[in-house]
Amino acid sequence: MSGTYLGMPAFPKAAHEAVHNATLRGNLRHATHTIRGKRAKAVAEMSDWAELREAGKLIKDHTLRHLDRYLVQLEESVTAAGGTVHWAVDADEANRIVADLVKATGETEVVKVKSMATQEIGLNEALEAEGIHAYETDLAELIVQLGKDRPSHILVPAIHRNRGEIRDIFAREMSEWGRPAPEGLTDTPAELAEAARLHLREKFLRAKVGVSGANFMVAETGTLVVVESEGNGRMCLTLPETLISVVGIEKIVPTWQDLEVFLQTLPRSSTAERMNPYTSTWTGTTDSATADGPSVFHLVLIDNGRTDTLADEVGRQALRCIRCSACLNVCPVYERAGGHAYGSVYPGPIGAILSPQLRGTASEVDASLPYASSLCGACYEVCPVAIDIPEVLVHLRERVVQGGPVTEKGNKVVLKPAKGHAAERAAMRAARWAFSHPGALRTGQRLASRSRRLHPRTLPGPGRAWSATRDLPTVPAEPFRDWWQRTNGGKGMSK
Amino acid sequence: MSSRELILGRVRRALADVQQDDTPYEQAVPRSYLREHGGLGVEETVELLAENLADYRAIVHRTDTAGLAGVIAGMLAAHGSESVLVPPGLPEEWLGVTEVPRVHDSAASTAHELDRVDSVITGCAIAIAETGTIVLDGSPDQGRRRITLVPDHHICVVRVPEQVVSSVPQALERLDPTRPLTWISGPSATSDIELDRVEGVHGPRTLEVVLVTASED
Repeated sequence: MSGTYLGMPAFPKAAHEAVHNATLRGNLRHATHTIRGKRAKAVAEMSDWAELREAGKLIKDHTLRHLDRYLVQLEESVTAAGGTVHWAVDADEANRIVADLVKATGETEVVKVKSMATQEIGLNEALEAEGIHAYETDLAELIVQLGKDRPSHILVPAIHRNRGEIRDIFAREMSEWGRPAPEGLTDTPAELAEAARLHLREKFLRAKVGVSGANFMVAETGTLVVVESEGNGRMCLTLPETLISVVGIEKIVPTWQDLEVFLQTLPRSSTAERMNPYTSTWTGTTDSATADGPSVFHLVLIDNGRTDTLADEVGRQALRCIRCSACLNVCPVYERAGGHAYGSVYPGPIGAILSPQLRGTASEVDASLPYASSLCGACYEVCPVAIDIPEVLVHLRERVVQGGPVTEKGNKVVLKPAKGHAAERAAMRAARWAFSHPGALRTGQRLASRSRRLHPRTLPGPGRAWSATRDLPTVPAEPFRDWWQRTNGGKGMSK
Repeated sequence: MSSRELILGRVRRALADVQQDDTPYEQAVPRSYLREHGGLGVEETVELLAENLADYRAIVHRTDTAGLAGVIAGMLAAHGSESVLVPPGLPEEWLGVTEVPRVHDSAASTAHELDRVDSVITGCAIAIAETGTIVLDGSPDQGRRRITLVPDHHICVVRVPEQVVSSVPQALERLDPTRPLTWISGPSATSDIELDRVEGVHGPRTLEVVLVTASED
């Protein structure tokens, strides 16, 4: 991934700062609890939710196991429909392709539909470096862009901001980018949305190039799908002459019919609606006679760590993700730490398994992400494609601590165990030895029981960090095995 | 090696552990979910459509073919519209009563011109009851996608019951993926500020849907 989040501290440090920000916690709690309740209601309307979830999982798994075939089929159908397909191994290549395509049009500004893929590769910054201004048009992305901030949620990137903060950002920054905010702007959501409408409309109406991602790509027909609410997506997909869509290679579904599953599960999981206000589908370009939509269409397929993720038997299920963000809204860790603490464009539980796979676990922040969870399993429960996030988290923890074979940039390498886990490994080795030597275990347990009054409340040395946030378990007065023998397995419970 | 070959090669190597499986796709994914929910009759389905449209703040009207022109004239008057955008294949009689000046869409009309129009009237390809969704497919009575996007007031006519389906699966069966499709569920909306829903950002702030039954002669 790009360097957007370079230099982020590891999760525990970033989270520590976030949980002491009362405004942030208040905003997050309100938002996640609101949507959590609404989602449960929207899902309860569907008596076949379990079957839809299973079908979604199977469709995505099937696609992934034949991904090479579906990629080639998609390329053929997009090309046959008048589009051009480009392939990008990493973020740099994707950014270069898009910048060159924009330059070829002679334009110096583009309008953008909210897209995780373009954020992941840091497209806006890369275009800026080439003298091309990219305008985010989703209201929340606009708030983030104007606030020189970073997104903190997949669906509502400005979830960490309240209305007062948003008003201040609009009043201060809009004039720098185009039409200023209206005089006397208040903090009511309706007025703020109106200010965004006026500010962005002048950009939409003159835009010649649009940049988008896609929620789905249909291999059979070459159709791309964008799901949204505000109409900014429709503006970017319809009004410009050139459309460039940047999409991860895992976003394929095999057939048109498959959309019937995801168009039922995605809106209910993400915005808790029966259906999002607008869905646009387009297949290549339309003929010039009708001139309905862009006459030039480019699809940039990006890998950027996805094939490395695919190579991991346990971790590859993360590629089923349809970016609904339901897992963020139920996560007790996300709710308190906020999205920024995860140090990547993918926050929350899905980010904790996706980012270390896309980027590798070499950096401090990526090595810490598999630990950014209580393993409570709520994320798995709500996932509409049944990604077993806790399973992948545990798998990645093992990789961080013990090292082992992984795929990096297409090559098999053996990871060394991460630094800083030496004490844990030593403790585990000792435990393995003790459990395989019953006599030593018994002596150790008796010793521990008899010396319990002398046990410290916190661990010394490197263990202090661990015990600073946890209570040490108290050692019982008598080892279980002694109790078992003395009471004949609990039958003679007399003291 | 090209990036295309590089990526496809990486995908194949990544899947080396996966066993070869040539089950045809139709059999590979069992679809045990429902084709529709509730097994409603025709009238109930139309009723559900009206309910779900209204739930997402679309304004719903019901009339028959004889009353349609009058209802449309009434909506335009109530909205204070001074111009109405008309796709090329819109039935003439729909506008038989209103005197509001028409603007005919053509490939040459710019987004700025569309922005000056008050209202737009279209038909639709299909309407989905369970989700309260209308789908436009660019047919002559619906026109280009931009005409239902830029003006602030969209009136959409749905012929009931023939254009109404219960569910998303039924809708996809009847839609042509090669056409540019727009699915609309209520007017433009955002929940980006404290998750408070606000109607109207970039698309039309007012969506009026007319459910039209055939008149009895």
